[in-house]
Amino acid sequence: MKIGVVTFPGSLDDRDARRAIRVAGGEPVALWHGDATLRGVDAVVLPGGFSYGDYLRCGAIARFAPVMQTVIDRAGRGLPVLGICNGFQILCESHLLPGALTRNAHLHFRNRDQRLRVENTATSWTSGYRQGEEIVVPVKNGEGCFVAAPDVLDRLEGEGRVVVRYADGNPNGSVRDIAGICNDRGNVVGLMPHPEHAVEKLTGPSIDGLGFFTSVLTAAVS
Amino acid sequence: MIDSVQNARDTPDHPQPYSELGLKSEEYHRILDILGRRPTSSELAMYSVMWSEHCSYKSSKVHLRQFGDLPHSEALLVGIGENAGVVDIGDGYAVTFKIESHNHPSYVEPYQGAATGIGGIVRDILTMGARPVAVMDPLRFGPADAPDTQRVLPGVVAGIGGYGNCLGLPNIGGEVVFDDGYLGNPLVNALCVGVMRHEDIRLAKATGAGNVVILFGARTGGDGIGGVSVLASETFAADGPKKRPSVQVGDPLTEKVLIECCLEIFAADLVVGIQDLGGAGLSCATTELSSAGSGGMHVVLDRVPLRDETLAPEEILMSESQERMCAVVRPSAVDSFMEICARWEITATVIAEVNDSGRLTIDWRDERIVDVPPKTVAHEGPVYERPLARPLDLDDLRADDPAHLPRPSTSEELRALLLRMVGSPNLCDKTWVTEQYDRYVQGNTVLAQPEDAGVVRVDESTGLGVAVATDGNGRFARLDPYAGAQLALAEAYRNVATTGARPLAVTNCLNFGSPEDPAVMWQFAEAVRGLADGCRALGLPVTGGNVSFYNQTGDKAINPTPIIGVLGVIGDVARRTPMAFGSVPDEVLLLLGDTYPEFGGSEWAWSEHHHLGGRPPAVDLGRERAVAEVLATAAEEGLVSAAHDLSDGGLAQALVECCLRGCVGADVHLAGDPFVALLSESAGRVLVALAVERLTRFADLCKEHAVPVTELGSVRPDHQTLTVAGQIGVPLSELRTAFTGTLPALFGSG
Repeated sequence: MKIGVVTFPGSLDDRDARRAIRVAGGEPVALWHGDATLRGVDAVVLPGGFSYGDYLRCGAIARFAPVMQTVIDRAGRGLPVLGICNGFQILCESHLLPGALTRNAHLHFRNRDQRLRVENTATSWTSGYRQGEEIVVPVKNGEGCFVAAPDVLDRLEGEGRVVVRYADGNPNGSVRDIAGICNDRGNVVGLMPHPEHAVEKLTGPSIDGLGFFTSVLTAAVS
Repeated sequence: MIDSVQNARDTPDHPQPYSELGLKSEEYHRILDILGRRPTSSELAMYSVMWSEHCSYKSSKVHLRQFGDLPHSEALLVGIGENAGVVDIGDGYAVTFKIESHNHPSYVEPYQGAATGIGGIVRDILTMGARPVAVMDPLRFGPADAPDTQRVLPGVVAGIGGYGNCLGLPNIGGEVVFDDGYLGNPLVNALCVGVMRHEDIRLAKATGAGNVVILFGARTGGDGIGGVSVLASETFAADGPKKRPSVQVGDPLTEKVLIECCLEIFAADLVVGIQDLGGAGLSCATTELSSAGSGGMHVVLDRVPLRDETLAPEEILMSESQERMCAVVRPSAVDSFMEICARWEITATVIAEVNDSGRLTIDWRDERIVDVPPKTVAHEGPVYERPLARPLDLDDLRADDPAHLPRPSTSEELRALLLRMVGSPNLCDKTWVTEQYDRYVQGNTVLAQPEDAGVVRVDESTGLGVAVATDGNGRFARLDPYAGAQLALAEAYRNVATTGARPLAVTNCLNFGSPEDPAVMWQFAEAVRGLADGCRALGLPVTGGNVSFYNQTGDKAINPTPIIGVLGVIGDVARRTPMAFGSVPDEVLLLLGDTYPEFGGSEWAWSEHHHLGGRPPAVDLGRERAVAEVLATAAEEGLVSAAHDLSDGGLAQALVECCLRGCVGADVHLAGDPFVALLSESAGRVLVALAVERLTRFADLCKEHAVPVTELGSVRPDHQTLTVAGQIGVPLSELRTAFTGTLPALFGSG
C-alpha cells in the first residue's frame, strides 16, 4: 500500500514520516507541494514542520499549494489523510477539520514525551488502538493550543470526534485537553503529537506511534 | 560620487576614516604599500572587515599554529583552514563539525543574535558538502537571578529554538552555566555536525578560468553592515543598544530551503567550489574563494539582488545579510544549477567570473571600484605577537585555597547541602531550556540532553553513529588556563566515551577578553598550549575552531572560557550507554578513577561560598585514555547498563541525575570523608551501573587498563530513596522537587 507524504518548503518531518510508514510495512511516496498529482497513493500524510516558515498563520499559505487542492478534493471522497502538527494546522486552515491551533498558552515552544489517551478507534488512523488506551508520543510545537467555539467543541465531543486527548498534563493549553480530532467520516485526522517519532525503541520514547500507520494499512487491506 | 580606482589615483591625499573602521595607522599604511595608492572606499571597507580580529585571527594565529603541528591523524580528511574540518568515521562516511561564537550580537539582541549564530554555523557545515544532522549550544549567562539574565536567557533560548527548530535540526546537547563574569557578556556558542559520503566533500575555492560565480539564497540588505568589525572586535561600553542595527536578522525558512537546494546541487555534482556568506559577507566570500583558487575573479556588483536599492557598494560588500551562499560553477552546469534553485524558489544570480589575473576586480555602475590581490585581503592580513603577562593576581588567587571554607559537620547539614546543591542554578535540571528545542526531528537522535553526549545515528542499516559533547569551565581556566583547557578537553572526551563511543576529533571555541590586555593574552596562550598538548596526549586532531576575543565589559574580562567539542564514533548506536539507572535488574554501582580532596574552582566553593581560588583538579590524560578505552570496550561487549561522567558537583550530582532519570533509588556506601567523596571534582572519574553478573568481566577489563574501581553499592528499583553512607536518605520526590524547581521559578513556568 502506498502512502504519500507531502513536502512543502519548510516541511521538516517528511523524511521521518516516510520512515514510519516503511517501519509500519507500507510504501512511502514523496509528494511535492507544487505538484497537484497524488501519484496513485492510497492515503496521505501532511508532516510536521514550518511550511513557508509559518511567518503568517501556521498552515495558512500551505493550504493554497496545488497539491492541497487535490488532497482537499480527495479527502472529501474518503481518502485517508493524517495531518501531524503543521499538517494538523494545514487541515484546519483548509477547513477539512474545525477549530484552529494558536500560540501555546505559556508562549514557549515545547518538546516533551507526552502521555495521550486514544478516545476514538473508529478512524482510518486509530483502528489499531484500544478505546481508552494510553500511549506515549512526543509533542513539539510552539502553536499547538487547540481552540474552537463552544458549540463546535460540544459537537466534536458529542460525535466522538476527539481522537486523542492529553493525559497527565496539557503541554500547550489546548481546550478540553484535545490533542487530535477527526472529520465526521473519520478518514481525516489531525494531531499535534508526533507519532512518527515513536516508531523505533532506539530513537523514540516508545513505539506507541506505530499504530497510526499500521491502522491505515490494515484499513486499506480490509 | 563613486570612489573608483581612478578617483583614488587622482586624489591620493583624500583623508579616509580608517580608524573608525577599526584599522590601526600602520595597518592603513600597509594597505597603501600593497596597492601603491590609497584604497577606494570599497577596498577600505573590505580590508577593514577582513583584517578585523574576527576574520583575520591576527592576535591568535601565532598560537593556533600549534594545532596544525599536531601529529598527522589518519581520520582527518580536511583540516584547519576550510570552513570546517572533516573526519572519516568509516564505511565511506565522513563527518564535519565545528563551533562558533555569537556572543556580542546575542547580548545586544538575544533572539536574533542566537538565531543567526545557529544559521551561520549550519551554513559552514553545509558548505563542506554535508547534510547538517544536529546542533548543540554551550551557553554562559550572568547570575541566574540578575535582571539582565531575565532579558538575555529567554531571548537566546527562544532564538536558538526558533531558528534551529525551523531548520529541522535536532538539538542534542550543550551547556547552561551562570557566573557573574558573563553578566554583561553572555557566551552563545553554537556547534553543528554534518554527515556526508567521502566523495561529496566540497571546498571553498574558485578554480578554472571561465567558471562563473553564482550568488544564491536571500537578497542582500542593510542588516549587519559592519557587524563583524563594529560588534565582534570592539569591547562593549555603556552604549550597547545604539549598536542594534548591526545585528543580522535571520530567516530560517530560507535557510531550510537553501539546505535542501544545496544538497540537491551537490548530489548532481554541479559545483567546483562553494562558500557561505557569513561575517564580512561578499568581501569575505569573493576574496577567500579567489585567494584559495585560481587567484583571480571579476565581479559585477550591480548584479547582486538587493532588498534595499539605496545601498552603496561599500555596504553591499560588507552586508551580513543571512542565508546567502556563493558557488563556483562550470558554464555548462549553470542551467542545471538554476533549475534546481528555481524548483526551491531560491534567487540565484551569476555575479562574477573566475580568471587567472591574480586580481580581484569589482565593477559598479561601469566603474572599477576594487582592484586588489585577493590574498592580501583574505590570507595575508596582519599578524601580531601580542605581549603576554601572567595576571598579577594569579598567585594570590591560587594561594586562596578553598580548604579553609566551612564544610558541613553533621549528616543533617550534609543532607541539606546536597539538596541546595542539586537545586543551584548551575547544577539544577535544564529542562526549561532544552524542551524549547526539538530533539526528535530527523528521527536519528539516540541520546540527547541531559545525557553525557548527544548520539545520532548515521546509517540506519548498520547502526553506525557519532557522539558529540562540549565542555568548558571558566573557573578552572581562570585558576590555571593550561590545565583548564585540558580539563575541558578531558571532560568532553570522557563524556563521549561514557556513551560508548570512541573519541576521534576535537573542535574548539576559545572565548576570552581583550587580546590587547597582556594578562588575557597570557591566558589565551596558556589555554592553546594546554589544548594542543592535551590533544597530542590523547592522540586526537584539532579539526578547526573559532576564537572570540573582546569578551569583556569595560576593563573586566570574562573568565577565560575555552569550550571544547569532542566527536566520537560508535559502531552500533544500539550499544550506546545511557545514564539512567534501573534499565536492568540487580544493578551494582562502581566508581572508576580516584577521588582526591580537590575543591579549587569547584561548584561547591562557588555556589555555597562564592569562592574562587586554589588550584583546579589535577589532569591525568593517560588515565582519561584508559577510562575511555574501558568504557568503549564495555559498551561494545554490552557490559554496562548505565554510565555517567563525574564533573560539576561531583559524585553526589551524578548519583542524583542517574536516579532521577531512571526513577529508581540507590544505596551507596562511601569510604573516607563523605563530604570529599560526594563533592570533590577530581577528574577522570565515571559512575557505572551494571548487572551483577557482568561484574567479573568488567573488573578484569578495568584491571587490564589499570583503571581503579571502587564498589559503591547498588541500585534499588524497589526503594524511591537515595541513601548515602547509611546515614543520609533523601526520597527521590524531594530530590526531584529541588532539582527541577529552580529554572521555572526564575524564568516562569507554563
